[in-house]
Amino acid sequence: MKPPSPQTFAQKAIARAAGLKFVEVGQVVDVRPDVVLSHDNTAAIRQTWLEFGQARVVIPEKMAITLDHAVPAPTTKHAQNHAEIRRFVQEQGIRYFFEVGRGICHQVLSEEAVVLPGQLILGADSHTPHFGWMGAFGAGIGRSEVATLWATGELWLRVPESMLIVLDGDLPPGVTAKDFALRIIGDLGADGGLYTSVEFAGTGIERLSLESRMVLPNMMAEFGVKTAYIAPDVAVIEYLSQRLQKRLENGERLQNTDRSPDLLVTQSQLFPDAGAEYSATYRYDAAALEPYVACPHSVDNVVPLSHVAGTRVQQAFIGTCTNGRLEDMAAAAAVLKDKQVATGTRLLIIPSSSQVLQEALRLGYIQTFIEAGAVVGVPGCGPCMGNHMGIPAPGEVTISSANRNFQGRMGTRDAEIYLSNPAVVAASAVAGVITDPREMNNV
Amino acid sequence: MSEIRGRAWKYGDNVNTDVIFPGKYTYTASGQEEIASHALEDLDPSFAANVRTGDVIVTGRNWGCGSSREQAATCLVFNGVGAVIAESFSRIFYRNAINNGLLAITCPTAVQVIEAGEIVMVDLQNHTIHCAAGHFSFPPMSGSVRQIVEAGGLIEYVKRKLVVEA
Repeated sequence: MKPPSPQTFAQKAIARAAGLKFVEVGQVVDVRPDVVLSHDNTAAIRQTWLEFGQARVVIPEKMAITLDHAVPAPTTKHAQNHAEIRRFVQEQGIRYFFEVGRGICHQVLSEEAVVLPGQLILGADSHTPHFGWMGAFGAGIGRSEVATLWATGELWLRVPESMLIVLDGDLPPGVTAKDFALRIIGDLGADGGLYTSVEFAGTGIERLSLESRMVLPNMMAEFGVKTAYIAPDVAVIEYLSQRLQKRLENGERLQNTDRSPDLLVTQSQLFPDAGAEYSATYRYDAAALEPYVACPHSVDNVVPLSHVAGTRVQQAFIGTCTNGRLEDMAAAAAVLKDKQVATGTRLLIIPSSSQVLQEALRLGYIQTFIEAGAVVGVPGCGPCMGNHMGIPAPGEVTISSANRNFQGRMGTRDAEIYLSNPAVVAASAVAGVITDPREMNNV
Repeated sequence: MSEIRGRAWKYGDNVNTDVIFPGKYTYTASGQEEIASHALEDLDPSFAANVRTGDVIVTGRNWGCGSSREQAATCLVFNGVGAVIAESFSRIFYRNAINNGLLAITCPTAVQVIEAGEIVMVDLQNHTIHCAAGHFSFPPMSGSVRQIVEAGGLIEYVKRKLVVEA
């Protein structure tokens, strides 16, 4: 057999999951994912799966289910939906189940080291590329496809072209990974990465905190990608090893328990080959970036923050799988310390997980939020997709740290959503108008 | 099914799944009629009441971007939509469409000339779209995609596969 040309991350990850030595771009192969994710949509997926007439799912040990999209249940229908999921989890012996309040699927599966570098996770959630922060291959799929995986353990994937995005140097103070993601989507369009695997590289990426790295592959869902990747480094291995260690201490039996957590974390990790082929390469100078805002009603309608500063907002929301982590809470607390949310504006803050909430409590951030007049919600997706409270009235404007600003996204058709980094959301809540936090003390 | 014939409903670029099927219904709407009634609710409130079996949606780039919700495809199927003809599709919508037997046809040249309301005919055997401005060919489906569509969707396809394996 001819030795393969240098391979991209996507080629290596798909080859691994397909049990093949290597795959070509454009090839369609059947993969066996390491983890299959679903959430509040699990009851609907079960209805489809029942059509197969199976008594048992074939991959209970690979299935992860979180209740996060509408928690705690806001209506009887939602409560029935959750109850059905709990029955299914019990009956099928599903390995990973996370209850109402534990947090958002992508955050929780990261915190619990359910997914590891180099593994392939398919989820009935469009933000599944999230797991690229640790060098895993995550892709969103539909409900019928998850039902198919429960029944067969495998699904077809096309090996995508790859795109390289390089960030050189350090982001200036007040400019975040969210701003970088918005800039990319604004420059190249909501379909700029359609069907591709985006690999991030460069000194600017290497120097990002782990929580900031989580923002980039997550936001690439708004760029049309199949998956996105950041090479795992020592910090990633340390983060996941500690969490695996904790699971071992809690008495969980892991596969290959003779291996140390470090070895378990690194045994599947994958790196693209030097000389791998990219369909496009984009280079950004971190120092030249600034805070950006995505304006209604499209994530690629991106302008520098200064262009929309002064826009009146009735609601401000900090949370979601994109920007609801501890450093986002810290950024909000720094802005809100000894300040008050403006009259006529409400600020809703929802940590992305119970661990984030606990840490934010310990560090006094939650105290700061309440003193500033913010509302703190139960860890989960919150009002991101209009399922659970925090719904704007017609005519109202929301500024949000979430990932989508589509018309009707938060539950009301005639409402506007602006997307930004969390510090901008907090500053806008204090001023009542879209505001650059770096200029707040001069106001 | 080798031919689809219906009126064109024309929309723009980056039509997302929130306007095709609003997120607020995703965990509660069940049953074909209820799901069908919300189709394109926040994009074109006249659509669900007026669409007829065989009608086609003609749209620009990246149709179906956003959420993975499968109702974005099934709400069209339940309304009898014959095909979506687009300049390009978001990848999850494309999979959901194929998996539910909804034809997702990529044909940028046809999209540019088809006007709202005109009668469009899709000839599946010859991979050709016929409309007022002329005839336009589109690429045939790849092998795995064709097998799923021919089975009537992913669930039927997998059912047959499971029977064969047993």
